[in-house]
Amino acid sequence: MRFRALRRLVAVAIIAASSVLAIDSAVAQSATEPKESGAKPKGPIVADYGIPQVRQINQEVRQVWSDFQLSPSPAAFDGEWCRRVYLDIIGRVPSVQELREFQAGKDADRKAKLVNKLLTDESYQDEYARNWTTIWTNILIGRNGGLEDRTMTSREGMQKYLRDSFARNKQYDRMVFELVTATGGTAPGSNNFNGAVNFLVMKLDENAAQATAMTSKIFLGLQVQCTQCHNHPFNEWKQQKFWEFNAFFRQTRAQRSFVPGTRRVESAQLVNQDFSGENNDPNEAILFYELRNGLLQSAFPVFTDGTAISRNGSVNYCDRRTELGKLIVKSPFMSKTMVNRMWQHFLGYGFTKPIDDLGPHNAPSHPVLLDYLAEQFAAANFDIKELIRWIALSEAYSLSSRGTGGNKADDPLLGESPKFTHFYLRQMRAEELYESLLVATQAHKSRGSYEEQEKLKGEWLGQFTLAFGTDEGDESTTFNGTIPQALMLFNGDLVKKAINAEKGSFLHSVASSNLSPANKIEYLYEAALARRPSSSEITIANQLLVARKGDAGAALQDMFWAVLNSNEFILQH
Amino acid sequence: MFSTPSGMTRRHFMSHLAGASALTVPALTLGHSLRTHAAELKKNHKSAILLWMSGGPSTMDIWDLKPGAPTGGPFKQISTAGDVQICEHMSMTAKVMDKLAIVRSMSTQEADHNRGRYYMHTGYKPVLNIEHPSYGAVMAHELVDQRTDLQIPPFVSVGGGSVGPGFLGMAWAPFVVNSNGQVRNLDMGIDDSRLIQRMQALRLIETNFISQNRGSAAEEHAKVLDKTLNLMTSAQMDAFKVNKEPKEVSDRYGTDGFARGCLMARRLVEAGVPFVEVDYGGWDNHANIFTTLQNTKLPVIDKAISALVEDLNQRGLLQDTAIIWMGEFSRTPRINGNTGRDHWARSWSVVLGGAGMKGGIAVGKTNDDGTTVETEPYTSQDVMATVCKALGISLETTFTSKSGRPMKIANGGKVIKELFA
Repeated sequence: MRFRALRRLVAVAIIAASSVLAIDSAVAQSATEPKESGAKPKGPIVADYGIPQVRQINQEVRQVWSDFQLSPSPAAFDGEWCRRVYLDIIGRVPSVQELREFQAGKDADRKAKLVNKLLTDESYQDEYARNWTTIWTNILIGRNGGLEDRTMTSREGMQKYLRDSFARNKQYDRMVFELVTATGGTAPGSNNFNGAVNFLVMKLDENAAQATAMTSKIFLGLQVQCTQCHNHPFNEWKQQKFWEFNAFFRQTRAQRSFVPGTRRVESAQLVNQDFSGENNDPNEAILFYELRNGLLQSAFPVFTDGTAISRNGSVNYCDRRTELGKLIVKSPFMSKTMVNRMWQHFLGYGFTKPIDDLGPHNAPSHPVLLDYLAEQFAAANFDIKELIRWIALSEAYSLSSRGTGGNKADDPLLGESPKFTHFYLRQMRAEELYESLLVATQAHKSRGSYEEQEKLKGEWLGQFTLAFGTDEGDESTTFNGTIPQALMLFNGDLVKKAINAEKGSFLHSVASSNLSPANKIEYLYEAALARRPSSSEITIANQLLVARKGDAGAALQDMFWAVLNSNEFILQH
Repeated sequence: MFSTPSGMTRRHFMSHLAGASALTVPALTLGHSLRTHAAELKKNHKSAILLWMSGGPSTMDIWDLKPGAPTGGPFKQISTAGDVQICEHMSMTAKVMDKLAIVRSMSTQEADHNRGRYYMHTGYKPVLNIEHPSYGAVMAHELVDQRTDLQIPPFVSVGGGSVGPGFLGMAWAPFVVNSNGQVRNLDMGIDDSRLIQRMQALRLIETNFISQNRGSAAEEHAKVLDKTLNLMTSAQMDAFKVNKEPKEVSDRYGTDGFARGCLMARRLVEAGVPFVEVDYGGWDNHANIFTTLQNTKLPVIDKAISALVEDLNQRGLLQDTAIIWMGEFSRTPRINGNTGRDHWARSWSVVLGGAGMKGGIAVGKTNDDGTTVETEPYTSQDVMATVCKALGISLETTFTSKSGRPMKIANGGKVIKELFA
């Protein structure tokens, strides 16, 4: 559709400015401070939705504010909060329809209802499971796991296991137990397929050093990797502890099977085998390790809290990984680590940095709250969705990301511990950007099968992964706010597709709809930023329309390009 | 492949961005226009190339051999053009050793990959509440003001991620490229006037968001956009195109990624980039170390390093270009049960050269089996201080971290004097 150019446009702008059209309210809302009656900085009443855990979180966080004489920012706009919670719970921005639906609700419980909907409504279960599968795949096997040459890991198998787990809201302790104790085939379709084995299958080299370090770090928040070779420099952990923990993995073996007639790994089996010890005495299945001075020391399986299990290496007599699984799920560190991880997921910072280091040398910022939430999570049978609900409905999560004079000092980037007086900006993860662009351009409605979708996304994500070339598989990403990422958003295929204005495209459908010109711009802003455009943004959109000689599709294309490339889009705020 | 939109010159293009256009929003400011006094500064064209050996190479099998010692391994020593001996499998590099110096008395404490990578890149041990800037960020920060003509990023990392810019901010992050020299997504495919208009709309949204006091991440984003635009419109991007190099030159470096990275480093230095890091992993040789070194790793670095030194020298660039060869640590003198060596930081070597540093010598000494340093021990800080001196960067330079804490460049390291005798 084409406009009759300038005259008409100017008219639209003038009408908008004289508060005849709906656009006026949008301008007013986005150009001024929030008028919401929600949390007043010092006010005593904060919504807790009748949930005791939410009330307790709010109290504990407020306690720290008053200890440090800080005041919180005002609440975020409803639209901002809505965008935030969609991104964090299901991994994408809300569609315009979803956003408007939420903003239309005026009842005091609207936030609780939305969180509940995202967690329990049938229509969101796939996206919920997809989001947490993505997050946990990266935690368990890294961004590169299953993509390396001659790997035994099946990324697909790992994802299938996680997707089933999150779709059924498996208790967290159950999931951890399964991941630690799994046996079976890595790839879907392999013998005794059990996707959970993919966590450990490539971590067994060098006497399972990685299995030891990663199991301890991911599930217990205890970083023992340094103690493989020497006593820990910062705490009392000794080298002995590493090898005692390591002893739990000595019955574990990975067996490759090849594609017939080739050296290509088809799948692998993770199995338990009798361990007769390095002295060949199965009753006393010992292992040896070297001190830095070359002397040999011995170790048997002993958990981090000092609990020893049988020294017998026979699987039938004592399945060491099953014993380890039981000990881990009983450890208070398991609950604390998960709480810390989830708090960081939603609030941007955990109670410790890094979140998976809860060692005695690394004091948490909110120790009482961390312990409390860990207890509550355990008491709620490790129900992940309950934990999400508590955090997502907390006051800290509801606050604006705009700093105020009263909380200027609260900036973790300055090396301060986080006080959560305002929402900290953070960049969307690459996967979130990908899913958000699909939803913002309604391309999600015509996607292929789950496997096809993940494959396409995986190819796109591959461009950002950098491996460091160490045996520990350390990796990093260029999706980190630097020039290559900016170039991708400027010119990459994904964005080119999102701003395509040809017939059949999203922009074409917006451009050729019977919305008013201002409403079209508004629609794009809501789709990407969950807010309406300001008056200056409407003005520049109109100028773009003039520059494009009235070609609405082309002008919307320019506008949408700018929106998708903005800090406001890429930053979770 | 990138070309300036519609054949416009860069100057013409930038004048559009800076001023007159159809749109009536504040003009864009580009990164370079901020550096108004640059021309008044004394010219300093020095650069540095960091050859980063990720994983921790066994330096006692390459630069400081202990033939005959129980820890010594199977390799023999050979004489070189300098007053040092090195591994027999580094015969091409031996011919340029008059240009390079080995510091054999490195003694550090970080023997974990991540901690060691951080420490050797920053001069600081990792701590929880502050992120220190890496070599490239620091050097680029200090030298870029004197390169007013530079339109491409001042810190390029080839084939790896380096370590981030820390408290200097994302604008000083390494520009990470693959060694094939193809930079992805350079072309927007629209004409320049439209690009300008898009940028102006974008700038409006950015500025609004920043003005809402959302914190530094919002501001950093805007700076990166400027740099990105700068790069998209620059003919200097040609420096990345290693395949434009004559075949006889690229053949001399070798054919793998590290070789192309070294060649790209030379092209980038020629274009005025002050800091280039080239990453080469695979040194974490816990098993079968000697066959891996002899058959895979050493042939690659021998060819590429010798070619780089020769090439820089022939072009008159070596006197202004510091070369640093190092990994995060080295490997145990003791050979383990898998014919490998494990992590070791107590006594090891790095190699330095160029930018006026004295070549052909070994500084410091380890004992007979390589397990301890017998002379004054040097650290990451000392290496960094030495490189700063070579590049003409004052060791009195102080940064202020985001929390207002003053941080001395190179963490107060001492210059290795023998290299400037």
